[in-house]
Amino acid sequence: MSAATSPAATSPRGVRSRIGAFSDRHRSTSVFFGVGLAAMALPLIVLLPPFNSFSGQGVWMDGFTIAGIFILLALGLNIVVGMSGLLDLGYAAFFAIGAYTYALAASPFTGIEISFWPMLLIGAVMAAVFGIMLGAPTLRLRGDYLAIVTLGFGEIVPITILNLSRYTEGPNGIGGITAPSIGDFRFPTTGNPWPYYLVMLGLIIVSMMLIYRLQDSRLGRSWMAVREDELAAAANGINTVTTKLLAFALGASTAGLAGVFLAAKLQTVTPNLFRFDVSFTVLAMVVLGGMGNIWGVAVGAFIIFMIQSVLLKQLNIFFDNVDVPILSDIDFLQYQFLLYGIALVGMMLLRPEGLFPSQRRKRELHTEEDADFGEHGDPMGASPE
Amino acid sequence: MSETMIPPSSTSGAGTPASSPGAPILSARAVTKQFGGLVAVRDVNLDIPEGGIVSIIGPNGAGKTTFFNVVAGIIDPTAGTVAFKGRTLISRPQRVWLESVLWIVPAIIVAAVALALGAADAGDDGLLLTATAVVGALVVTLVVATIRPSWYTILLSRLGILRSARPNDVVAAGMGRTFQNIRLFQNMTVLENILVGMHLQLNSNMLDHVLASRRQQREEDAATARAGELLGLVGLAGRENELAKNLPYGDQRRLELARALGNNPALLLLDEPTAGMNPNETAEMTELIGRLRRDMGLSILLIEHDMRVVMGISDHILVMDHGERISEGAPEEVRRDPRVIEAYLGTGAS
Repeated sequence: MSAATSPAATSPRGVRSRIGAFSDRHRSTSVFFGVGLAAMALPLIVLLPPFNSFSGQGVWMDGFTIAGIFILLALGLNIVVGMSGLLDLGYAAFFAIGAYTYALAASPFTGIEISFWPMLLIGAVMAAVFGIMLGAPTLRLRGDYLAIVTLGFGEIVPITILNLSRYTEGPNGIGGITAPSIGDFRFPTTGNPWPYYLVMLGLIIVSMMLIYRLQDSRLGRSWMAVREDELAAAANGINTVTTKLLAFALGASTAGLAGVFLAAKLQTVTPNLFRFDVSFTVLAMVVLGGMGNIWGVAVGAFIIFMIQSVLLKQLNIFFDNVDVPILSDIDFLQYQFLLYGIALVGMMLLRPEGLFPSQRRKRELHTEEDADFGEHGDPMGASPE
Repeated sequence: MSETMIPPSSTSGAGTPASSPGAPILSARAVTKQFGGLVAVRDVNLDIPEGGIVSIIGPNGAGKTTFFNVVAGIIDPTAGTVAFKGRTLISRPQRVWLESVLWIVPAIIVAAVALALGAADAGDDGLLLTATAVVGALVVTLVVATIRPSWYTILLSRLGILRSARPNDVVAAGMGRTFQNIRLFQNMTVLENILVGMHLQLNSNMLDHVLASRRQQREEDAATARAGELLGLVGLAGRENELAKNLPYGDQRRLELARALGNNPALLLLDEPTAGMNPNETAEMTELIGRLRRDMGLSILLIEHDMRVVMGISDHILVMDHGERISEGAPEEVRRDPRVIEAYLGTGAS
């Protein structure tokens, strides 16, 4: 059910490494077929038991489409957190900016009517602009300070939207947003989930390809260098401020893209959709999925979203029917963040590199302890008896 | 590569005075750095002739590394300047705080112009337009301030705002450095380390990245080949795909040196290149440094603890203690200077 079935198959080692080598050489091809196959398989899988008993195919696919939004968000945050090592706790702000950009550009509230397709680009650019505005003065800060500033920004944006009711309808949000259309065909809001699903599929494939290309380029190398050792990176001629700013802006633009799609999908946006819990959920997706690994992050986002939106609900229904004394009374959905917390703590203890780590992270976190002692004996003579 | 530069003939410092062909490549004037009440470096002057090897020695805490970091742009001096290739790179920053205040000036001007044109009377649309223009002006200013084109720096200096060069500016000007405690990118491969070191030699832009263009591919291939050459130069040929942190200590030092050579520097700043090495490795490193100067015409500034290394290869030695210059000259002169002996061995030793 995971989206990584093709490149990270759990088949024998030889096949696995061959697939790995192939996907290293032909990144775009493997992304295209990997995501494509997963996207074709998912609608079929949900026709099988037990999934078909939960809900109909249409509902499932709507869920997958929303999961796709979170995959996009996680991919974008991965640029900032995973590749460049900048902790961004206010990521939902850029998501909000993208969503409201489309809401203002295509709703009866403003009376403007701009097509969805150019707005995808404009929303991304808008979010990137805000990313630069936030980043330029603050990216000189390091570590914790940056996290606090971004946390503040993440709060400021929804609160501003909430209180700027003249331009944003405040807490009511903007409704009646125009659905995307191709020619005369307007995307149906109910009934046929395929148009949105396929557009989301396209967005994910394109984003993943582009992010892979950035990662493999000179810029990706600079991000990695900045993450590893900022001073050494600067001493090798890397302009660390521009490098970090680019990571910030590109991460933000991915969120803007996701935001535009969200507004078009839900056809209504409210400030409540962009609160801190979104930033936190996406961060948890990135960490649990495996920071720095593009495939891992995408799969991690998908799994977490599915756990949150399907598994917990099904647990509720299951225990309602089975009637176990205490468990039947628990509303598992309410314990979602408790479960995240437990999962994160457990993860940090057992598998700090995430579910699907990048090779590099694995090396960073599982340090010499086993490898070096094994290889060179005990060079320092310091191992305990 | 600048093969045409003719290195001075005196390679071993056998008492020959530092031969300085032409103008010095780097000249530090009255460099002072104060940390609160502590004067880490006081009034140090230093000239490095083109193609020369100049060393700074001194006991622990003498201010060698502080001076070095000032030259490399990592810390700003309290007073004094450092000029490189005739251009003043490092100086005491002035009114830097004003710069961030000035960032909002264009936005304010835009707002004032819009209001003067009657945006306030035009109702909501006018205000919205004004707000958009203001945000736009702010973003453009911030982007310019981040990219820092030369006209921006010139404009700032007209206003009396002077910012000392950042480490990456210093590298762009043509210096490369290594660190006392090795600072490789531990989890990157040897090749990736060198490619990061060649950052400024590569010109591919975002469009190339996104399109994975042929131009970028060519550039990367050429860079990989060049990285192989550099690795061969320091004796690490063929180890491209090993992780930096898995290299033995001596090799890590060499890798760092190769990385510093990536940007084709004219001056190499080496901070204790033989620290922690055994005599054998030290001899190899010394030989390598001599070869770099001979073959590539590099000028080198060296900080060193090990007197044998310094005496063997330097043209000129600066001795520091407690942040001050206590002696200076050719290796033989310095070796005989009673003040140097005193600094190293304590009073009464001479």
